[in-house]
Amino acid sequence: MGLNFNEGIWNTSIEVKDFVSKNISPYHGGHSFLSGPTEATKALWEVCKTELKKERSSKGLHSVDTETISASNAFPAGYIDKDKESIVGLQTDALLKRAMKPFGGYKVVEKALAEHGMKPSESVTNVFKYAKTHNDGVFDAYTDEIKKFRSLGILTGLPDNYARGRIIGDYRRLALYGINRLVEEKEKDLAKIKGPMNDETIRLREEVSEQIKSLNQMIEMGNAYKLDLSRPAQNAQEAVQWTYMAYLAAVKEQDGAAMSLGSVSSFFDIYIEKDIAEGKITEKQAQEYIDHFVMKLRVVRHLRMEAYDQIFAGDPTWVTESIGGQLVDGRTKVTKTSFRFLNTLYNLGPSPEPNITILWSADLPRGFKEYCSKVSIETSSIQYENDDLMRCERESDDYGIACCVSFQELGKHIQFFGARTNLAKTLLLALNNGRCENTGIELVSGIPAVKEGYLDYDEVIRNFKRSMKEVARVYNEAMNIIHFMHDKYYYEKAQMALIDTNPRINIAYGIAGLSIVADSLSAIKHAKVTPVRNEDGLTVDFKIEGDFPKYGNDDDRVDLIARDVVAAFNHELQKLRVYKNANPTLSVLTITSNVVYGKKTGATPDGRTKGVPFAPGANPMHGRDTHGLIASLNSVSKIDYKDSQDGISNTLSVVPKSLGDTEEERINNLVGTLDGYFGRNAQHLNVNVLDRDVLKKAMENPEEYPQLTIRVSGYAVNFVRLTREQQQEVLTRSFHESL
Amino acid sequence: MSPNITLKVHSIESFGTHDGPGIRLVIFLQGCNLKCLYCQNADTIPMKIGTEYPVDDLVKRAVNMKSYFGQDGGVTVSGGEPLLQSENLITFFEKLNKQGIHTNIDTNGAVVNKHSIKLITELSDLVMFDIKHATPKGYEKLVGKKLFEQSEKLISLRVESGKPFWLRYVLVPGFTDNIEDLKIIGKKYGRYKNIERFQVLPYHKLGVYKWEALGEKYQLENTPENTPEQIESVKNIFKEYFNRVI
Repeated sequence: MGLNFNEGIWNTSIEVKDFVSKNISPYHGGHSFLSGPTEATKALWEVCKTELKKERSSKGLHSVDTETISASNAFPAGYIDKDKESIVGLQTDALLKRAMKPFGGYKVVEKALAEHGMKPSESVTNVFKYAKTHNDGVFDAYTDEIKKFRSLGILTGLPDNYARGRIIGDYRRLALYGINRLVEEKEKDLAKIKGPMNDETIRLREEVSEQIKSLNQMIEMGNAYKLDLSRPAQNAQEAVQWTYMAYLAAVKEQDGAAMSLGSVSSFFDIYIEKDIAEGKITEKQAQEYIDHFVMKLRVVRHLRMEAYDQIFAGDPTWVTESIGGQLVDGRTKVTKTSFRFLNTLYNLGPSPEPNITILWSADLPRGFKEYCSKVSIETSSIQYENDDLMRCERESDDYGIACCVSFQELGKHIQFFGARTNLAKTLLLALNNGRCENTGIELVSGIPAVKEGYLDYDEVIRNFKRSMKEVARVYNEAMNIIHFMHDKYYYEKAQMALIDTNPRINIAYGIAGLSIVADSLSAIKHAKVTPVRNEDGLTVDFKIEGDFPKYGNDDDRVDLIARDVVAAFNHELQKLRVYKNANPTLSVLTITSNVVYGKKTGATPDGRTKGVPFAPGANPMHGRDTHGLIASLNSVSKIDYKDSQDGISNTLSVVPKSLGDTEEERINNLVGTLDGYFGRNAQHLNVNVLDRDVLKKAMENPEEYPQLTIRVSGYAVNFVRLTREQQQEVLTRSFHESL
Repeated sequence: MSPNITLKVHSIESFGTHDGPGIRLVIFLQGCNLKCLYCQNADTIPMKIGTEYPVDDLVKRAVNMKSYFGQDGGVTVSGGEPLLQSENLITFFEKLNKQGIHTNIDTNGAVVNKHSIKLITELSDLVMFDIKHATPKGYEKLVGKKLFEQSEKLISLRVESGKPFWLRYVLVPGFTDNIEDLKIIGKKYGRYKNIERFQVLPYHKLGVYKWEALGEKYQLENTPENTPEQIESVKNIFKEYFNRVI
């Protein structure tokens, strides 16, 4: 192809990982080489800021195209300011203008528009008089039991009325190979899929044919921007541009909850370092490519209805980019472009997107560790995941994080997203003969009544295990229906075109309310707990006599209960067969559903009153972690990743002063905290370094804090875009402070 | 195992970043022999309250934190006055030493007995002595006890041991900011090379509510907090005597 790269199996088969490994230039230095923003970058970001302000002031919706059904080739080219952009491409023909992607659910699109006094054009309306969507399909197949679990708050936020997302296309493939080569390979794959024609074979032939069509549509999309995507990228600018075009095709076609990017920065670095070495570009230009690329990622938008905000607050898109980590041969994947990516948080200011995720290893170069720590302290915009753990347990060094915490080997794995179930409410089923504590409606049959008087730990555990088993069954049934229908009506053809034809599939189950369950069981075991019941015999409150150990204090008496509950629920899920033979994995992650789940859940035996939000993810309950930050981290680190391979989310908020007296101490102590936490095989950590007062001020004067970013649960948001209620919930969380 | 040996604990901070080098497990022990007028943690003074923690539990907490300590961090016992529990602290520190965990005592130094001497001269990797005042008279006025000489004795034993220690000095306007006094301290200790740091700590009123909670009157109500300039100028005086003033 004319470019002088080290050769390998990547030349003969589609293996980006091999290309990266053969050509990467690991970087062990510090950040002093970095460049500030160019004039063009500043001018473009000014335009974005103005339009973003307009978006905030019009209920979070800048504008919508109500005439066009979105697809990769559906819109003419769009620009921020054409002459200044070194990386081009928008989802529609204008900045922040949203598009309709109705195949997830047409009613959802109608509702989202109606909330802003708009409706789809007549021609689009006509199409969906005949066309069926994912949402229609799911509800045709749902059982009454699933619907009941859904409406009573055992299963919430399932991707049954929005797109599932979470699939990461290997967007680098477009840059490395060009579309012609990718089509060629897919055609070879298609030819190999032969009879006998059973469900599986027929479906796969149809899917691969769709992928090929989608690749050809990407060529058309490129043509609109005068880019020849049929061939491989020839230089650094094209490598960034081509990769972005592949991602753009995905976010034009799909509006999945999480549309993650993968791990592109060190791939770009190979082209950038080559161009710099050959004197073709300067550091300033290299940084400009990354700044402009990141700017584009920051303005990715999907059309959402208001109810969506309850489970995914702040309009997130999860353009998760995973940076760093180590190669299996011991070299680091940190490159200068890892630094350039983080530097966008200075050149453009803090931002929740892209969702920058550092793959942390004990062996990362010290200079990079310190720079990450500094960026966290100054922007609260990044999260960390344990590379040593995932690389070893999942046996790959070429992976991205889908959404918040989910491992996905690039181009080799995909994931079926499954939101989460309410484990705290599942515990209440165990205390209420399988009935919903709020309505008395029976959800699970065959759960015996617990004896009167003090709750008996062993009896409660027996009932709880039975209710977990039934909840797992219903959850699994819902998942199978959802993913069958999503494949049928809203197949991710653009992303799947950039993934191997027969990828391994992980299904991502989840739980919310872990700390509530752990503390409740601890109270039952170590204190004396008596349920207070109403006239229908439903629990409305709990009387607790005596003290009990609480999750979040590095106390095995309760931490091991949390660990065992996760293991037990995972065990139930592992037994159940999944659509397309997907491999079951479990996460302890809430996104922001900890608030809505709390609302739907009655009083719990830990003393939490009805309606109070849960702690997010695997976090200890607010204010109960009284032994300082590390004791809190240590409790979470005891949950075994083997039982929770889809990830264990933990969000840390610490006030700057607590990290140390000087900048150097603060940077070192945060590095030490991350080394320590991940050294204990923990999986994920969001880091906020903030004073509560800043958040309070931002609540009073939101316009003065448009870019204030805070990590919530596996992702970050602009604080001012949260609802008042969500902001309050963030304020009640533990802010670790030591004087 | 020593299941019956306990320490009386006020509270535990697992992310101590202000009480010794690196990230530290700080164990605030209950009970103090002094009653400093400016005390920020008056709730640690009474002897009769607190929670008994088995030493083995505390060792386990420290071991669980090993991965965070890196090369600098470790365990700090503070208070209250930790040396009041010296005998059981010996067990604690011996176990920590065996685990290779760095140990540090934050003390006023005014407890001299065979156990405290063993801790200060043998078992503690670092000691942070809180110098209350330059003169016996000022000391007594500030802390309410005639223990000035005892505290000096323990510091001199640490000097003799050749092991590193830090000095800390709380700057209380009107009580400890007399320039002549500062020079006395400088002349007395400036010559010892095992002093790694001299820390000037600002006086603040964040702990006043704790006095009220104990039903006692806070006597420094009218004492102002330091200005940054005051702290800077005091640091500059100490810099004439000590290598590392923070």
